[in-house]
Amino acid sequence: MKALNIIESAYRATIEEQDDTIVWLTHAMKAAGADLAVLLRGNAVNYAVRRQDAAGLAFGGWRQTQPPRISDDITALTTKGITVYVLAEDLAARGLEAVDLVPGLERVTCDGLPALFAAHDQIWHW
Amino acid sequence: MAERKTLTFALMDAPYESARTTTALRLIDIAARRGYAVNVFAYEGAVLLPFSRQQPHPNAVHGRNVEEENHLLTKQVVAALIDEAARNGGNLDWVNCGLCVDERGAGEAIDGVRRGSPADFWKMAEASDNTLVIGTR
Repeated sequence: MKALNIIESAYRATIEEQDDTIVWLTHAMKAAGADLAVLLRGNAVNYAVRRQDAAGLAFGGWRQTQPPRISDDITALTTKGITVYVLAEDLAARGLEAVDLVPGLERVTCDGLPALFAAHDQIWHW
Repeated sequence: MAERKTLTFALMDAPYESARTTTALRLIDIAARRGYAVNVFAYEGAVLLPFSRQQPHPNAVHGRNVEEENHLLTKQVVAALIDEAARNGGNLDWVNCGLCVDERGAGEAIDGVRRGSPADFWKMAEASDNTLVIGTR
C-alpha cells in the first residue's frame, strides 16, 4: 500500500513540538516500513523554504535549545526516499520560486492532482 | 449479511475543542453498530479523549446539578463505542500515541485503550478498507 500525506495545516504548534507533527509522523512511519509520499499545499508550502530560523525562544531563564528545523526535516524526507510534492499554485500565490526552496522537491499543479491521487491507495489530508 | 469492513480513523483534536471530533465519533458509532472492525489512532490532543480522570460537573448557568447536567465525557463515549462494537460482533481497537500521551501527562486511560506508535497507525491503515484522517485545523 502507498499513502499520500497531504499537509495543509502549517506551523500548528511547531514551536512546542520542535517539528511539524505530520512531517514527524511521516518520518516515524517510514522507519516502520511505510510507503509514503507527501504533498505540501496551502501555507504548508512554506515548509520547503530555505533559511528559516525559529531559534531564540525564551521564557524567563528557560531557553529552547532545539527549535524546529522544518525545512531540514523536509529535506530529510527526500533523502529517505519519500517523494515530497509541492503545489505550484500555492507557491506562486506566496511569491515563492524554486531558488527559495530546498532541493529535491517535485512540483505538481492542481491539474495534476487527480493523477497524483490515483497513484496512491490512500489519501490522508491533515 | 453485509460485508464486515475494516476502517481506520486518525483523530487529532483534543476534547471540547472542535465539532470535528463529535462528527468523527458519530462515524465510528455507525461503524460500531454495523459490527465493523474499527481502528482509531489518537494523535496529539486526541489522546485525551479516553483520559480516565475526566469528571462531570454541574452547570449553574443551566440551573442543573451534576446528575441533571449529565455532561458529555469523551471517556464515556469511547467506552460506549468499544462496547457497541463488541455487542455487534465487531471491535474497536483504540491506540493512543505514546509520546503524545507522555508530553500531556495523559497516561491514565480507560480500559480498552492501548499505547502505541505511528507504526501501529501504518499497520492499521494497511489492513483497512480505508482510512479517514481528521486533522487539526
